[in-house]
Amino acid sequence: MATTEVERRRGQLAALSIAAVVIIVGVPLWWRTTETYRAWLPVNQINELANLQLQLSADVEVVFARGTVTPEQQKKVPTQVVISLCLFCSSPLEADLSLHTLSESPCGSLVVYVIPESSTLLPEDVDVYIGQRRTALLRIEQLLAHLEPRIKQVLQVMSFSHTDITAALSDRVRLSPGNKESIADSMRAFKSSPGYEITFSLLNPDPKSHRVHWDIEGAVQTYIQPLLTKLAPLANFSIDSQTLYYAMLGVNPRYDSSRSAYTLNSDSLAHVINPVEARLGSNAASSNPVLNFLLYVPDAHHSPLHIHDHKKQEVLSNAFHSPRWGGIMVYNVNGFYGPEAVFPVDININMAKVMGVFLAQLRLLLGVQSSAPPPGFLVAPCSSTGLADWELDRLMWSRTVENVATATTTITSLAQLLDQIGNIVINDNIAQQVSSAVTSLQLAVAELEAGNLGFALQYSKEAILASERAFFDPSLLHLLYFPDDQKFAIYIPLFLPMCVPILLSLLKIVSEARQKRRERQAKKD
Amino acid sequence: FVFIMRCNFRIVLFLPPGLYKTPGRKMQIWLFYEELVIRPLHSGDIYASFQFRTVWETDFMRGNKVSHYRLFPKSLGQVISKFSVRELHISFTQGYWRTMQWGQPFQPSPPGAELWVWFQDSVTDVDGTWKELTNVLSGIFCASLNFIDSTNTVQPSASFKPLGIGNETDHRFLRYATLPREIVCTENLTPWKKLLPCGSKAGLAVLLKSEKLFHSSFHSQAVHIRPVCQDWQCKTTSWELRQTLNVVFDLHNSAQGKREWSLFKMFSRTLTEACPLASSSKIYIDITDNPQGEQFEVSPATPLLSQAVVLGDRRTFSVYDLTQQITFGTVRSLNLLIRWKSSEGDMLRPLLHAERYVAGYGLQTGEIHTLMYNNHPYRSFPVLLLDSVPWYLRLYIHTLTVTSKGKDNKPSYIHYQPSKDRLRPHLLEMLVQLPPNSVTEVTVQFERALLKWTEYTPDPNHGFYVGSSVISSLVPSIVAMDTNSTRERPLFSSFFPCKEESSYFVRVYTEPLLVNLPTPDFSMPYNVICLTCTVVAVGYGSLYNLLTRSFQIEEPSPGLAKRIANIIRKMRGVPPL
Repeated sequence: MATTEVERRRGQLAALSIAAVVIIVGVPLWWRTTETYRAWLPVNQINELANLQLQLSADVEVVFARGTVTPEQQKKVPTQVVISLCLFCSSPLEADLSLHTLSESPCGSLVVYVIPESSTLLPEDVDVYIGQRRTALLRIEQLLAHLEPRIKQVLQVMSFSHTDITAALSDRVRLSPGNKESIADSMRAFKSSPGYEITFSLLNPDPKSHRVHWDIEGAVQTYIQPLLTKLAPLANFSIDSQTLYYAMLGVNPRYDSSRSAYTLNSDSLAHVINPVEARLGSNAASSNPVLNFLLYVPDAHHSPLHIHDHKKQEVLSNAFHSPRWGGIMVYNVNGFYGPEAVFPVDININMAKVMGVFLAQLRLLLGVQSSAPPPGFLVAPCSSTGLADWELDRLMWSRTVENVATATTTITSLAQLLDQIGNIVINDNIAQQVSSAVTSLQLAVAELEAGNLGFALQYSKEAILASERAFFDPSLLHLLYFPDDQKFAIYIPLFLPMCVPILLSLLKIVSEARQKRRERQAKKD
Repeated sequence: FVFIMRCNFRIVLFLPPGLYKTPGRKMQIWLFYEELVIRPLHSGDIYASFQFRTVWETDFMRGNKVSHYRLFPKSLGQVISKFSVRELHISFTQGYWRTMQWGQPFQPSPPGAELWVWFQDSVTDVDGTWKELTNVLSGIFCASLNFIDSTNTVQPSASFKPLGIGNETDHRFLRYATLPREIVCTENLTPWKKLLPCGSKAGLAVLLKSEKLFHSSFHSQAVHIRPVCQDWQCKTTSWELRQTLNVVFDLHNSAQGKREWSLFKMFSRTLTEACPLASSSKIYIDITDNPQGEQFEVSPATPLLSQAVVLGDRRTFSVYDLTQQITFGTVRSLNLLIRWKSSEGDMLRPLLHAERYVAGYGLQTGEIHTLMYNNHPYRSFPVLLLDSVPWYLRLYIHTLTVTSKGKDNKPSYIHYQPSKDRLRPHLLEMLVQLPPNSVTEVTVQFERALLKWTEYTPDPNHGFYVGSSVISSLVPSIVAMDTNSTRERPLFSSFFPCKEESSYFVRVYTEPLLVNLPTPDFSMPYNVICLTCTVVAVGYGSLYNLLTRSFQIEEPSPGLAKRIANIIRKMRGVPPL
């Protein structure tokens, strides 16, 4: 009897030790060899990004001209009084230029010059003059009471306002309803991107009648390039042009006998673009968004062609633009030749007229907003570059915020995705991209808080690039489809025969132990 | 000598007069030519060859950032400048060109897709650029060119020389790849047509209707971009884009066996105008074999005749100039009609042709045979043979034999690059002298490799394709060739540049091979997993039982006889045994 008991104990011990070996060695080994590789991601920092508080600050330097402050006021205002430089200037433009030479202010900052109430520098009804650089002239009656709200106003015009920032965030943050105007504005401009391709296309549907020539090279040099050079810190631009023949509009214009002209209604404009777009060709060389500008020369049988607005009035420029796509201008040429002309007629396009329209559309599509300044403000006329320094700053503020928002969304959604789907492999380079995106984002936010706009934009661009690269990396998809039923089909032939005896003997041991304890209790009783 | 039609060439069509006066800006010339050659074949089939040539004069060696395109397609222009391409040749072909039935084609091409590119010597990472380029081209032409990778790309050392100007012949900058399995269809034709300045709206391109073009024995479309000289001294250079489309319509399939062809029958369209942007727009009909009209008649008749030396032969063509209103007659539409009178007559045998097949049985080894025919009665000439064989056919290069007329023919130049598994294919290039009136046979044995189970293509029992061999040669010419490359000639006769008068360049492609590889049963991995798991489980189970069962001595159970005896004893009331 004792020998069988010993034998039984030995069997139990053997079963227990096999189970222990399976659990201690087998399971971790199986786990290690079949797990998908997932590099470490800075999850905590990403979660912090998800509820990010943006704080923008801009440096404003307030300079008081001599005679604006009394000595006792001077004690209360924490800025020192300087200069009486251009009191002899006759116009604010001159003053602006000479003040600019006085101090070069960095990108994103403002200098406000407060001039005495009695100064005749500004016209009667103008209190604030906004220059071409980052300067403003201010004339205030009651200095201390009005200084702060005035400067706030100036800041909203020249740097950023609440609506700008919400517009920049419109894709991420839900806008308050009833703000339709600003929604339309924000949807018009292209989304922020590290580069843009600008394509000018001349559409000539009737090469048999019109031989159309345009000096696009010269026009780009004269009209477009200065603006793009100015915008260079914001993004890279590349320009090309093409001529497309037999490219038709998608709709048949209606003949209006009262005007003896063909008309395109505003309702039908939506259908114009699609058939043309198939001919435009995608951009083979890069994946940046393309801004299309089309110049359409109507064929001889359908000209003149006029675009009508909602009120059935002719549009003066004869052009329209499509948000985030580009602009189309109709250029009628039937006036250039008489009825007895010999076809084909050579036609030279007046590029100044065309480029005026395209430049205005380009400014709109790039988001250079020219919202009306509040009353009492006078904005300096455009310089030769077509863009004032503070306009560029304004654009940079909103682009930086947009970049930060986009990169944050990309990174957080990537983290969510990786969290939800366990089969995705996370390679080291993806982890590295994610961490560099997170670091750049944090730096960008810090620079925004410190008011260093240039650095903030730079970091936000880097963040966008890194986050997109991580998000669209093809290695994420490698093992994405590995269904669980296949896994079980492979495991069952091995695991089922191995685990069943172990489980059964374990159950037996447990039940025997329980029975023994019960017997012992019964004995005690 | 060669009589060539004079036409309105070298007209600066697309420039306003103002541009000439602008100081400091270079004048640009854009020209466009279109042409259709129709050759009635002796078999009763008909061969139509379209060529569209766009010339863009530009200073391409200097990087010009802003690019403005007029007639040249923007997408290809961007490709050239982004990837620093010097020369690009791409062709898509459906069907195989039967040289012995149809003669030499104007532009040869292998079945499937072929791409070869010369890069400029400023490119540092040629392989990376090539990879990107194939992906972009794959998007432009809607083709599977993205399947081109290092396993089917080779760098031929001698067979593919640049066709344009430039004396850079370092083959490090050359990449050549074929996809013999590629199927060509409408989705490849549409983007090809979009590259034409007039699209398919005017000119000869009106005829390119896909339902007719793909209902044919042979269809090939190609794009060739190369730099060319504008004048004899090569003072100005320009980009040339040639788009060619060759199609052979079958007598029985398209014409219901009637030996009568018309533009309408072939393309289901007629011509009404030339492309208004073209400086020349012509149709040529090959009437060399029909000088007196005894074989076939062509209507409407044309007074214009032209002679051109093409592929070593002087051919006569009827010419229809579409830029002249008179061509279209009173009905304002041109529907050429070719009616055969007799089906007799023989075609001149082409001087060079080649064929190829796989020999051997079983799934382990095999032999590739390439036959090259020199039909010239008394001249021998050298040919360059290029073979690119995928790595999964392991060539035994020591078994390579070249025999002509029963004798060993030693190649004077052999360039062989062995394959690397899953990395690069075999490349074999040889310069072989073909004796007159002979067949030269090249054989090499190979072993079939076993692939990993994920490396098999879909439908692996169909077999694996091996691309065509390429045979390039300077064939002795019967008539003097025109060596002046800048002279105005019909487009079909000016594709390959000609260096000497006594010979002309020919490229012949053999058939692609279809080789069966040993194909496993694809449920095998799961079966193997199940089997091994079961074996492991059985072994484990018995071991486990041995280890965990408790053993005790048991009374051996009594035997059957004893048990029966006991039962009987029990019944009798006697104590058991």
